[in-house]
Amino acid sequence: MKRIVILGGGTGGTLTANRLRRSFDERDAEIVVVDHDADHVYQPGLLFVPFGLTSMQRIVRPRRQQFRSGISFRQAGIGRVDTGADRVHLDDGTALDYDVLVVATGARLLPGETEGLTGPGWLKSVFTFYTPEGAVALHRALERFTGGRLVVNVVDMPIKCPVAPLEFCFLADYYFRRRGIRDRVELTYVTPLDGAFTKPVCNRELSGLLVDKGIELVTEFNTGTVEAGPAGAGTAGSAASGAPGGRLISYDERVVPFDLAVVIPLHGGAAYVERSPGLGDELGFIPVDPSTLQAKARPNVFAVGDATDVPTSKAGSVAHFEGDVLADNVRRFLAGQELLAGFDGHTNCFIETGFGKALLIDFNYGTEPLAGHYPARLGLPLLRQSRLNHLGKLAFQQFYWHSLLPGRDVPGISSAMPARGKTRPRAQAAAGARGHR
Amino acid sequence: MPAVTYAGHSVAVNEEGFLVDPAQWTEDMAPQIAKSAGIDELTARHWQVIRFMRAEYQAKGTGPTVRVLGKTSGVSIKELYQLFPKGPAKTAARIAGIPKPRGCI
Ligand SMILES: Cc1cc2nc3c(=O)[nH]c(=O)nc-3n(C[C@H](O)[C@H](O)[C@H](O)COP(=O)(O)OP(=O)(O)OC[C@H]3O[C@@H](n4cnc5c(N)ncnc54)[C@H](O)[C@@H]3O)c2cc1C
Repeated sequence: MKRIVILGGGTGGTLTANRLRRSFDERDAEIVVVDHDADHVYQPGLLFVPFGLTSMQRIVRPRRQQFRSGISFRQAGIGRVDTGADRVHLDDGTALDYDVLVVATGARLLPGETEGLTGPGWLKSVFTFYTPEGAVALHRALERFTGGRLVVNVVDMPIKCPVAPLEFCFLADYYFRRRGIRDRVELTYVTPLDGAFTKPVCNRELSGLLVDKGIELVTEFNTGTVEAGPAGAGTAGSAASGAPGGRLISYDERVVPFDLAVVIPLHGGAAYVERSPGLGDELGFIPVDPSTLQAKARPNVFAVGDATDVPTSKAGSVAHFEGDVLADNVRRFLAGQELLAGFDGHTNCFIETGFGKALLIDFNYGTEPLAGHYPARLGLPLLRQSRLNHLGKLAFQQFYWHSLLPGRDVPGISSAMPARGKTRPRAQAAAGARGHR
Repeated sequence: MPAVTYAGHSVAVNEEGFLVDPAQWTEDMAPQIAKSAGIDELTARHWQVIRFMRAEYQAKGTGPTVRVLGKTSGVSIKELYQLFPKGPAKTAARIAGIPKPRGCI
């Protein structure tokens, strides 16, 4: 009897556990998932909470219910992993031995690493929508906001779902227009990148959208300090009294003033990774082979989802496409077979642009997001705003609970990026493009 | 691809001024590249960062981002910005003759 231990029961951990449970007889392998809490949050929904378009209640489900029968779930924090002894030490003092370990503990937000970010203004005039508490508090603050400077700031990459902060800008524009106060709100997007987004074709499209919607773009801004203004900034009272707001200050001493700041904090791997010698890199992510997902630390350790160091977006869709390859490789490893270099970096994201529209991007390690259709010529339009994509984004939540987490194969949606349906740019256009980092 | 002469050797650089082939780089090219990046004099602290960038590139195939530099080079992010005001990771990589750090996507 082999034991497969999966650390983290979020998107990647859950779908991996379910896929593995289907491919192993219960007499051959035991599957144990460890997570420190009991609620599974549909994280893409957090984007909509601040605008009252959904609520926490509608995006959280019990973690246990997402696992097939025959999977054991242990609710406990993780102390450290001893890769030399094939053993995980849990916070409750017990230990779990494994034959194969899958690290799926995602990314952790590190607001404390930016000076001033968690100071007196935190959750008063400085918010994030990347946590349930933050998204709910921001909803209340937006309802009270009657005008002023709203700044959306990404402190540094990598972050989960790198398009979410842009989507937040587009939805904020839409939200203030519906409230009839858009002319009283200055919207600014402040990014450490040298453009709205990293990939050239997509960068052009998204920069254009920012311009169309009157959202100012500040690039190459490395936030060093967040100085919060007094609480209640941006409400009718503060605007009338002319109360001074807060400021983002970059390391090279540029200043962006704000009344309300929405900050995406630094991300790192789970804390126990630092306590597990050899497992992670400087930021606590797990170095893996980008196409087999086997960890560089040990052959019997794998990683999936946001926890890895693979050079693509940290997104649920990536965990989904990886899951297929990962489950197969765990099976191969235990059978003593050669691993399959099957993961091509396939990522896709719906980008909500407001007004009931969205655009869709699809890319992998070697191909940047291009125009065309997904998954084939008659599919959803790529890199173009459409009502259909918005409906796709909304439908994604049902897909998430009922197909993605159970680890079902979906006809027509393969793990590898489809090349058909995409329009290749001319070589010349590609060579002249900027914005790669 | 444009060519530039540093320390008497002609090397190919890309449109942002990064050496195309890091193997062509020698330490005596650094002061001249630094000048073109607006840094008049390379101090021992600059060199600590430049050598660290080279070593990381050799070990990992990509130069570190400013956040990783701040954690691992022994020079704080604040000081990195004093040494290389126009973006430490990018400028130090260019002076060290390695490609622009990929950063993350
Ligand atoms: C605002 C927002 C919007 C997003 N929008 C999209 C989108 O539109 N499309 C998309 O594809 N992706 C989106 N994402 C990203 C997506 O949610 C993540 O990429 C995905 O959930 C990653 O899965 P994961 O399994 O790697 O990590 P997670 O799902 O985060 O799971 C990690 C699990 O590990 C557990 N854990 C962590 N540390 C420990 C520990 N020390 N001990 C025990 N357990 C631990 C956590 O409790 C958690 O359950 C969004 C994310 C955010 C925040």
